[in-house]
Amino acid sequence: MTSLSAKDKDTVKAFWAKVAGKEEQIGCDAVSRMLTVYPQTKTYFSHWKDLRPGSAPVKKHGATVMTAVTDAVSKIDDLTGGLLSLSELHAFTLRVDPANFKVLAHNLLVVLATVFPNDFTPEVHVAMDKFLAAVARALSEKYR
Amino acid sequence: MVVWTDFERTAIQDIFSKIDYAVVGQAAFSRCLIVYPWTQRYFGGFGNLYNAAAITSNPRVASHGKVIMEALEKAVKDMNNIKATYAELSALHSEKLQVDPDNFMLLGHCLTIVVASQLSKAFTPEVHAAFQKFLAVVVSSLRKQYY
Repeated sequence: MTSLSAKDKDTVKAFWAKVAGKEEQIGCDAVSRMLTVYPQTKTYFSHWKDLRPGSAPVKKHGATVMTAVTDAVSKIDDLTGGLLSLSELHAFTLRVDPANFKVLAHNLLVVLATVFPNDFTPEVHVAMDKFLAAVARALSEKYR
Repeated sequence: MVVWTDFERTAIQDIFSKIDYAVVGQAAFSRCLIVYPWTQRYFGGFGNLYNAAAITSNPRVASHGKVIMEALEKAVKDMNNIKATYAELSALHSEKLQVDPDNFMLLGHCLTIVVASQLSKAFTPEVHAAFQKFLAVVVSSLRKQYY
């Protein structure tokens, strides 16, 4: 779709700075919601012992996802290059249907809205939505 | 027919009893126009939608947001008959307004985000799932009359 403007990138960087320290809580909540609200996503985690909200594997995976998103923020000027190996991982090993990237992105936005009710303004929302869509595109690069 | 658990029914009725339709409607609808700007195509007569500030302060956006919430309330009041409740609205959106039905869930996403920011911790993953199910049923009912 559209690419990130300079304003989008500044908005994302400024907002994401507020996330510092809350990554675990946010990541855990986002993954928990994804598995609960969109149960089809559970199919990718059949190897986990416990898929309930807030469980140990969910918490751990939430942290993994958040570390990756924070990394993507730092590579916002070249997401395709910066996320190359992650794209290969998702394409060849994990084989996640790219449609699910949107699902996790939406759940992350919902969590951000609960944690930052005043800071998650419509302007921040659109910049973050565009950013996560760009991350999803970069992750889809190696699929075919 | 859609089967609602007691938890789901209570969760949805609870959400709608807690939210202010004018506030949430305005916030959700304006967010939709800002975050998914192509949805503005259906509101050519609404005046200034030029930027986020204009959309947020636009009185027609505010009043239409409230209209949407009141229409959703109809579904909440008769959760066993959502398809029938929206038969007319579905025909309206399809034949007269000619709205691409993929847009319905975009508004749904924005509404979820606004409700989440209002209810905060009370909007647990389980409540969120119930709300998502409700929105999916509403969207599906609105899509019914399209051909």
